[in-house]
Amino acid sequence: MSGEVVGVWIGAILTLGIFSFLYKDNPFYKFSEALFVGVSAGYWFVVTFWQYFLPKLIDNLALAYTVLSVEGKIDYHWVYVLGGGLGVLMLLRLFPSVGWLSRWSLAFIVGTTAGLQFTRYLESNGIIQVKGTILPLIVGGNLNTTIGNLVIVVGTFCGLIYFFFSKEHKGAFGGAARVGVWFLMITFGALFGYTVMSRMSLLIGRMDYLFSNWLHLIG
Amino acid sequence: MRREVPLVLTAMVGLTMIVSHFIPPFNILNDLFEDWFFIIAAFAIYLGVLNLLRVNADKIYKKQADAPFGLVVILGFLVITIPGLFFSGGRSFSDPGTPFYYLYIHVYYPLSATMFALLAFFVASASYRAFRARNVEATMLLVAAFILMLGRVPIGDWMTAWLPEGYRLGEWADWIMDFPQTAGQKAIMIGIALGVVSSALRVILGLERAYMGGE
Repeated sequence: MSGEVVGVWIGAILTLGIFSFLYKDNPFYKFSEALFVGVSAGYWFVVTFWQYFLPKLIDNLALAYTVLSVEGKIDYHWVYVLGGGLGVLMLLRLFPSVGWLSRWSLAFIVGTTAGLQFTRYLESNGIIQVKGTILPLIVGGNLNTTIGNLVIVVGTFCGLIYFFFSKEHKGAFGGAARVGVWFLMITFGALFGYTVMSRMSLLIGRMDYLFSNWLHLIG
Repeated sequence: MRREVPLVLTAMVGLTMIVSHFIPPFNILNDLFEDWFFIIAAFAIYLGVLNLLRVNADKIYKKQADAPFGLVVILGFLVITIPGLFFSGGRSFSDPGTPFYYLYIHVYYPLSATMFALLAFFVASASYRAFRARNVEATMLLVAAFILMLGRVPIGDWMTAWLPEGYRLGEWADWIMDFPQTAGQKAIMIGIALGVVSSALRVILGLERAYMGGE
């Protein structure tokens, strides 16, 4: 048996192992689940090592060391020692007596994320979306676009009113909020529909794998 | 030291990231901080992995009922990590033909895809609960999801083939996606933007300290 055939058999057995949960929780499923947890951890460990740890930390420090040993100069890349240091502090969480030091690295992560997302969300989710909502409400000779633009402007405005909780949802304000809820429900319905379809397509993919790649009954 | 240093660090880094967006010479700090972010994130993943191994090793050591599965977790980790780190050609570890790629295609991918495919069955039961038209809002959700699911598959257009072009189920689905769905999505996105901006400001100004834990 070639390595490929063995691989397909392994994949098929593990697929059946996970599907066996549909009958009930059983050792075969638990084995597959535990293997999934271990393999996932290993997968991300390896990916992180080669794609982030090595190029971002080790390569920069190696460069700094090379410049120091060849030219005798202290290079800018030595600042990566601080990044590595903060990373090591993160691991101290495993030791309760000094675990509080991991807050420093966590603070760095939180600060970077807050600063980065502040401008990113304000620009892409805020300003660009508001700009995209400022549409002409009457488009001469094009009823479809006129209706469409009206739906977008009214829907977005009412949806935002629904999210405004500083004023009680009563009267005209409450009516607008209710219209906003309708638009949000249509959005959630569409998202739900897509979620169902994506899960179904994954299921079809696994069935195709079992019946086509493994058993060769179709295709 | 326990509270002040993290607060100052968060404020300094957060403000630097914001300032660097508006003042281009500060971009060098932005790039540096992004690199450090990835380095710390890598260590955070290692922390998670080490913790996972410790918890499972503990199970085996204490001979708990699910100790054999703890052993499977550890062996699963080693089975993909050792080839990935030492026998898969270094930086080209994920290229087709390497042992890491083989394990990804034949072990990791089937497990991961099947785990998510399993959700199809649970989504079916969730659909039943969500799709009961109890009021106007639930009915709108039901109708939107129904039109979209049918409109995106060939049977939807087949069922409405008798209608004139422009009024078939696929086109209804397109209209929902292009207009009412876009409107709702925009409202949600603008709401998220305002939420993120205010949360980010609270974190940077030190008003939000939940990330430091309860101590």
